[in-house]
Amino acid sequence: MSEARSGSLAVENRVAVATQRQLIWWRFRKHKLAVVSAAIVGLFYVVALFADTIACTEPFDTQATRGYVPPQPIHWLDAEGHFHPQVFALKGKRDPRTFKLSYAPDPGEPRDLVLFGRGYPYRLFGIVPTDIHLLAVSDGRPQDSLFLLGTDQLGRDVFSRLVLATRTSLTIGLVGVSLSLALGVLLGGMSGLYGGAADLVIQRVIEILRSIPTIPLWMGLAAAVPASWSPQRVYFAITIIISLIGWTELARVVRGRFLALREEDFITAAVLAGASHMRIIFKHMVPSFLSHIIAAISLALPAMIISETTLSFLGLGLRPPAISWGVLLQDAQNLQTLGLAPWLLVVALPVIVVILAFNFLGDGLRDAADPYG
Amino acid sequence: MLAYLLRRLGLALITIWAITVVTFIILQLPPGDFVDAYVASASAGGASISAAEADAMREAYGLNQPLWFQYVKWLGHIVTGDFGRSFEFGKPVIEVIGDRLWLTVLLAVGSIVVTWGLALPIGIYSAVRQYSVGDYVFTLLGFIGLAVPNFLLALIIMYFGLRWFNLSVGGLFSAEQDLAPWSWAKVYDLIWHLPVPMLILSLAGTAQLVRIMRANLLDELRRPYVMTARARGLPERKVIFRYPVRAALNPFASTIGYLLPFTVSGSVIISVVLSLPTVGPVLLRSLLSQDMLLASTIILLLGVLTVIGTLLSDLLLMWIDPRIRLGQLR
Repeated sequence: MSEARSGSLAVENRVAVATQRQLIWWRFRKHKLAVVSAAIVGLFYVVALFADTIACTEPFDTQATRGYVPPQPIHWLDAEGHFHPQVFALKGKRDPRTFKLSYAPDPGEPRDLVLFGRGYPYRLFGIVPTDIHLLAVSDGRPQDSLFLLGTDQLGRDVFSRLVLATRTSLTIGLVGVSLSLALGVLLGGMSGLYGGAADLVIQRVIEILRSIPTIPLWMGLAAAVPASWSPQRVYFAITIIISLIGWTELARVVRGRFLALREEDFITAAVLAGASHMRIIFKHMVPSFLSHIIAAISLALPAMIISETTLSFLGLGLRPPAISWGVLLQDAQNLQTLGLAPWLLVVALPVIVVILAFNFLGDGLRDAADPYG
Repeated sequence: MLAYLLRRLGLALITIWAITVVTFIILQLPPGDFVDAYVASASAGGASISAAEADAMREAYGLNQPLWFQYVKWLGHIVTGDFGRSFEFGKPVIEVIGDRLWLTVLLAVGSIVVTWGLALPIGIYSAVRQYSVGDYVFTLLGFIGLAVPNFLLALIIMYFGLRWFNLSVGGLFSAEQDLAPWSWAKVYDLIWHLPVPMLILSLAGTAQLVRIMRANLLDELRRPYVMTARARGLPERKVIFRYPVRAALNPFASTIGYLLPFTVSGSVIISVVLSLPTVGPVLLRSLLSQDMLLASTIILLLGVLTVIGTLLSDLLLMWIDPRIRLGQLR
């Protein structure tokens, strides 16, 4: 009895002396789905960081004769029934009547799978030259046999392309959100802090932007990106276009927080104590709404990712040779292709998982950031 | 109420003006002007146009004048209904768009009706039977609806429609009705083709609205007046529908302001995937071939129609919400 009481007392003391960051973390931890989602999002960014290592076949290596190879299963046990992961090498066979070349795994030619084996050369983080890949075929070239998710029309490995697309699509979200955030904090902050005419104008601009259908607008702007631009320039142009229209929600959140905080006693106290404008904003206001901003960001990220995927899917966003989820989904656009190679639709899976995870994470963060929630 | 009405009307006009500016910018964005394009197509056809002739054309079309002047002139043409000719299709823009605009409107408005028709009962059910199996099922479906971009949903449904039912879900008309003039048979055909695109288009919006309705109604159900009504022995159905549902309906109705732009946006993409005869595929094609007069007209019309739709819904809201009607709000 008394033990339980001292226990709860200890908890109370712990809460009383905890910093705001600790309180948020404790509340966030209770939100199981959000914690799992955070792990999933983290995992995706790890994949993005080590994309080249995880890819097993050169993603740009085309081989017209190897188009539409179905996904190759990994055989975990060898012929004697021991644990011995291997894939079967592909054997091309020509149909005597239609002359269509089709590839089938040949059980007579097993190839051992090894972790951290050698594959195509690349530069880790763009710096360190290496050829170590997470998964590789121990002997023989991986491009002969390792197609975990099949190949596309040009014979490129879907799995490796998917992994590299993850990097593009996830970073475009991050870059886009940073830009929107800069715009949102600047304009939302001005709107909330100064009020009056500035507030009126910015609020009307936001209202106008929100009442225009965004996708036709994006399409119009994105179509003006010259075809001769390099993939990097197109990447930044698309990011800017997306964030030019996507900042309104963040600005709304920032303005709301500024308006609420302006009336708080501790801000008045700081003003009376003679603190400068900048000091009040960055020392007193920003720390108290930082968590809200983080939550808003994690809800804005999936919207950015969907925007990029949609534009690229329509052929107006990133263009090949750049690889993103939208570019990959473009290959799966028509029914004939889907009937022939349904595995191309597998790209939809990471899109859905990441967007779901970001949504749950954002919900969890928002709940955790709200002290009265 | 009059002040509210004027404020809304003023904002709508400013928005429409902003849309024309943005459209004009999009029109001007691609490198080169109309004369460049004309010279290029003429030289592709074997004829040659000298630089002096091109300059004369620029003079004649007023392309040397300052941008703001060109904008005013362009606006004058637009207002009188003259949208110019499409390069790509070789006929007036208005003819290319034709029926497609109304089919787009039909699809968008229909989807909003479906969104509300689904979201309202599901939201009420989820709130009244909170944490029941049905509530969890709808919550799960809602999250999927939020997470799957609608073009992806269209793609997946198209694939499984073909695979499992051997059905093609694309298009809005069957092959024999596609080019036929309007008749009752064609309307009937259209009615049969509309539900699938409408459902796909409304899923994301429905998921959002269910969450809003559920949260609003849950807040209302915890109010003391509900307990009072129960304590006085009102039948449960009356307790729920008479007051809390009506109170929860207001924030719900106000969501149309961004539901409409959202749905119009979605319809463009879905139409491309499902090859529906709306303005979506034409917009994409004109943008890809840099037929900017056609593309900017479509963007302009979609934007203006959306603003008008939003304005109408605001009037509807005003009619529903006594606080606005009696001028207590703002």
